[in-house]
Amino acid sequence: MSGVTFQWDRGLLVGNLGGMNIVVLIKQVPDTWSERRLADSDHTLDRASADVVLDEINERAVEEALKIKEAGGGEVTVVTMGPARATEAIRKALSMGADSAVHLTDEGLHGSCAVQTATALAKVIGTVGAVDLIIAGNEATDGTMGAIPAMVADVLGLPELTHARKVTVEAGTVTVERETDDGVTVLQADLPAVVSVNEKINEPRYPSFKGIMAAKKKPVRTLSLVDAGLAGSDVGLAAATSTVIESAPRPPRSAGQVVTDDGDGAAQLVEYLIAQKLI
Amino acid sequence: MAEILVLVEHSGGEVKKITSELLTAAARLGEPAAVVVGTPGTAGKLSDRLAAYGAAKVYVAESDQVNQFLTEPSVGVLAELVGSVQPAAVLIAASPDGKEIAGKLAVRTGSGLLSDAVDLAEDGTATHSVFGGSYLAKSKATTPVAVITIRAGAIEPVCSPGAAVEQSIEVPVVRAGTAAKIVERRSVEGGDRPELTEASVVVSGGRGVGSADNFAIVEKLADSLGAAVGASRAAVDSGFYPHQFQVGQTGKTVAPQLYVALGISGAIQHRAGMQTSKTIIAVNKDPEAPIFEIADFGVVGDLFTIAPQLTEAVAKRKG
Repeated sequence: MSGVTFQWDRGLLVGNLGGMNIVVLIKQVPDTWSERRLADSDHTLDRASADVVLDEINERAVEEALKIKEAGGGEVTVVTMGPARATEAIRKALSMGADSAVHLTDEGLHGSCAVQTATALAKVIGTVGAVDLIIAGNEATDGTMGAIPAMVADVLGLPELTHARKVTVEAGTVTVERETDDGVTVLQADLPAVVSVNEKINEPRYPSFKGIMAAKKKPVRTLSLVDAGLAGSDVGLAAATSTVIESAPRPPRSAGQVVTDDGDGAAQLVEYLIAQKLI
Repeated sequence: MAEILVLVEHSGGEVKKITSELLTAAARLGEPAAVVVGTPGTAGKLSDRLAAYGAAKVYVAESDQVNQFLTEPSVGVLAELVGSVQPAAVLIAASPDGKEIAGKLAVRTGSGLLSDAVDLAEDGTATHSVFGGSYLAKSKATTPVAVITIRAGAIEPVCSPGAAVEQSIEVPVVRAGTAAKIVERRSVEGGDRPELTEASVVVSGGRGVGSADNFAIVEKLADSLGAAVGASRAAVDSGFYPHQFQVGQTGKTVAPQLYVALGISGAIQHRAGMQTSKTIIAVNKDPEAPIFEIADFGVVGDLFTIAPQLTEAVAKRKG
């Protein structure tokens, strides 16, 4: 497992003498082990019908932020937007050890597109103050858009270092090993910056009993659109830059032929493949 | 007819297959215009192939700076072109880099982002396969320009000659502090097997394979079929096979012509990554395994008996 090395150079980040100010973007998603649905009325995610969890990859993002904080001091703030139920995901992150949370929740957010989501998240991050590092998961399991961290970075005019399997923060610089199918690319940028982590980055800790108890007392700031400095026309279904016009469950696959191997199972399989012109 | 910009994916002087798929999709919407972002001398090697798949124009954006940054040069070039050409859409591969470029371009131009489309209609409506293929959704941009990423292998490329008239454009200089620098590149030691998400045949192993060593059986069958090798989450979590080969909700989504599942029970997690495959074959000892509910042909039996027999039969057939 990759670790974090951290060498603090106070001279370089004047104004942050308490250490790094880190924001972690988290998202509550339907459990991938349960059935998930889209609402019939407006084709948005039916969040009420599924079991929801803190997205696995977000736990790794929280873990990475905590490691950086533990090495060099600082503050970890989790930021999320979504319905009231997202407080469960926030509690999980706080019980792991994050210091506080900001939750943007407003009826007006319903049906927001990716561009609006990135804009809104950037606004909320702006309310946290002078942030050094923003950490997110590389891809949520429900939307798999895989672009939100880069989009938030673009709204904020910050560099993005995505798909990190290793993060090193050193003297005002962040270096990551970015891993995709094409291989590994080492990226470097001056702070502040946005980092997204992949599933290899670390093993997230389990919240301790002490952590769970402490989380209950940690500050959670709930913001409405107005509180975040957003106008109703900035977000929501009506002003979205893209819209889902139709959705339907794919007709389920029906089971085909199943044979039991009594010595000729492989032969029957070969026959099938030949008949289907697959070999 | 409005231009449809296609960001060309290339490596080592070759056009990647996805680019021909994007050009084919672009021709449905308007006039395909390929955009090559690369180091000086890149576009010359690519233009024949771009012409063959219908590029009417080729915008050539070449600069040494392109190698120093991951996505920023492409985003800058496309944003300039969106302003000057006013295309109806920009089509980009739904690869990790492509998704990032598309997202930033959508932010910068205030355009609707349609992500990971598996089909594209003449009016710009994109079809998405969501929640691992259990839902189909259609979406449309409400903005003048749509930024659309398209999944590899989803659209059948069609040869259709285009003029491929070249036009040089500038690569905007990257502003300091807005993009991460590339310090080092280590390319993956990719074997001879096709890439998982592009392969037309995938052979995957699950918990039933039992050990990392036993995965050789999966690999042998894959090699006889010219297939990519995949693994279920259970197999990856047990340390049998590396994570980059994981098929499922938290891994890769594949949709090959043929998917062979060996010793995979077929949890929702896994089905989400492979249930849109054309033909699914399953071999599992457990007759109750959910994988049989979606398999076109299933064999209840021991994979250690059946897979080697199948490997041999395929090899024999190939002669």
